Amino acid sequence: MGNPNVGKSVVFNRFTGANVIASNYPGTTVEFTKGNMKLGDRQVELIDVPGTYTLEPTCKAEEIAVQMLNEHADGDIIVNVVESTNLERSLNLTLQLIKRKIPTVVALNFWDETKHKGISIDDKKLEQTLGVPCVPICAVTGEGIKLLVEKLKEAKPPDYEYEDNQRWQKIGSIVEKVQTVTHRHHTWLERLGDASVRPLTGIPMAIVVMFLAFKIIRFIGEGLIGHVGEPLFEKLWLPVVMKLSALMGSGGFLHDLVIGQFIDGQIDFGQSFGLLTTGLFVPIGAVLPYVVAFYVVLSFLEDLGFIPRLAVMVDTLMHKLGLHGFAIVPMLLGLGCNVPGALSTRILETRRERFISATLLSIAVPCAALQAMIVGLVGKHGAGYLAIIYGTLFAVWVLLGVIFNKTVKGESPEIFLEIPPYRIPYIRNLAKKIWIRIKWFLKEAIPFVLLGVLIVNLLYTFGIIQFAGKITAPVVTHVLGLPQEAVGALIVGFLRKDVAVGMLVPLGLTIKQLVIASVVLAMYFPCVATFTTLIKELGVVDMLKSAGVMVISSLVVGGLLNLILPG
Amino acid sequence: MAETSTDANKKDFAVNRVSLVQMRPGQKGKIVEINGGYGLARKLEALGIRTGKEITKISEQLMRGPVLLQQGHTQAAVGFGMASRVLVEVNAEDRK
Repeated sequence: MGNPNVGKSVVFNRFTGANVIASNYPGTTVEFTKGNMKLGDRQVELIDVPGTYTLEPTCKAEEIAVQMLNEHADGDIIVNVVESTNLERSLNLTLQLIKRKIPTVVALNFWDETKHKGISIDDKKLEQTLGVPCVPICAVTGEGIKLLVEKLKEAKPPDYEYEDNQRWQKIGSIVEKVQTVTHRHHTWLERLGDASVRPLTGIPMAIVVMFLAFKIIRFIGEGLIGHVGEPLFEKLWLPVVMKLSALMGSGGFLHDLVIGQFIDGQIDFGQSFGLLTTGLFVPIGAVLPYVVAFYVVLSFLEDLGFIPRLAVMVDTLMHKLGLHGFAIVPMLLGLGCNVPGALSTRILETRRERFISATLLSIAVPCAALQAMIVGLVGKHGAGYLAIIYGTLFAVWVLLGVIFNKTVKGESPEIFLEIPPYRIPYIRNLAKKIWIRIKWFLKEAIPFVLLGVLIVNLLYTFGIIQFAGKITAPVVTHVLGLPQEAVGALIVGFLRKDVAVGMLVPLGLTIKQLVIASVVLAMYFPCVATFTTLIKELGVVDMLKSAGVMVISSLVVGGLLNLILPG
Repeated sequence: MAETSTDANKKDFAVNRVSLVQMRPGQKGKIVEINGGYGLARKLEALGIRTGKEITKISEQLMRGPVLLQQGHTQAAVGFGMASRVLVEVNAEDRK
């Protein structure tokens, strides 16, 4: 346990060899993760809990932490990770934990940073005073972790006593005893940190960072598609499936299911819609490159410590939407995948904020998979059309937010956020985090895409799409101006939105129809993975309200685009 | 004579004591009062920011945006409304 952003997840990963996402902002971990480690010859279970400043929780993530503590069993040990550079306020939680009389070990993390900051802590003296083992560590590099594991065996219930109302005085006297601070000059990272939160320098810096982020994502994404994805599929995979196709007799139901239909006498990875063609090409060939690119950039910005500063810069805008600046976190994570985005709404304090942020997220924040497909399909017609799609979604995000702010009952508190120092990302942890996210994407995406492709085939074979198209014609054709078959994309979109966009390819839509279909697909409903997450996070009633808003607003916006756009 | 000096003291005192919002970026001071009720005081306290502590105002955002302050090695962004309820005694040499 420990304060937010002190490196609990990094310590956890070190202990268990597990892979938990760790970043440089408070609130990265919003739920608990269990893992196993060896302690001597025993196998023990370790739990990574969300950070909390006190044992009186102020948000849902903190509640989970306190709940974990209350549910502890005999024989449990607390590993209290503290930030050595913020000893005083870290001890506030430590002293509260000590009152529980549970065996505790204190890990003094960021030990390396104390040196740059002119802080010197006498860990032996601290250990004597508190009566529990105190071990200096640097979790990202792994220094001190071995000793920390050793000390776990020595953990015993603390006997340090104090009165609650004397806590800060006690902390004050402890800190005075064990810590000396010498003056030193600001480092360039600190100067950069301060500059990025002053309006005059911070706003241009934020704009430049976002612009660069966008450029780098496109550069990496297109590079991977052009140099890895396409050669892999066209040169290596195509001959294999061609052989297989010939073996299967170049036609028939099973052939069409596995290989797909020929487009102009050839296999087309985008349009054939077989399990081994489109089913693999969509997640690996088309989407994965952008997922990799997005997570490389996001993970870097997270570890650097840019996200909380961005939260400060956008706070005023977010207030207009009934949120505060920190609600930018679910939105940014949502640009990768809406599921972690929806989970991270737990860092917000009130139910109103969670409803607004989760709804805005699933309506107007397209995930990387959907974006990759839209960019691939619409981008060919010019960047201007992409600008219309993104511009529309952004306008919907702002407008709906403003409406929510005026209509949704409840409270939206102001921002209150610790801003961690900028830290140079530690490359191995960064690589590990990117890898965790890519692995997670592949595990989630490939089965669902394959299932989606299978269902598409079945829907067409049994004439369900044609049937649904007739029923929904008044809406799909008249309001949205799309052909009847486009309803198939809306059906499959519930499963996977990237497959849904893929279904638009063979329909030969005009660019106007493509723009409308892209916007509607992004807005109308969340995919099933996000949907189940939202039910868990919001509850059924709020989720139904949220879904109502999604359906209605997507029809309104799609209909308006159909009226306004020329062609 | 005595009267004028108390008046001057009073005035001095009034100028000395400002809210976080009124402080200039870069100015240092000591927190003397937190008027936000238990909730605000508790939240700030959790970060080690409490009455009697020396703080530095780092920056403020446009249009009544959040105030950034530093205490020790902790930086925190605090909403405008909350910031206006934290009273600070600014250092005399920093005062204009």
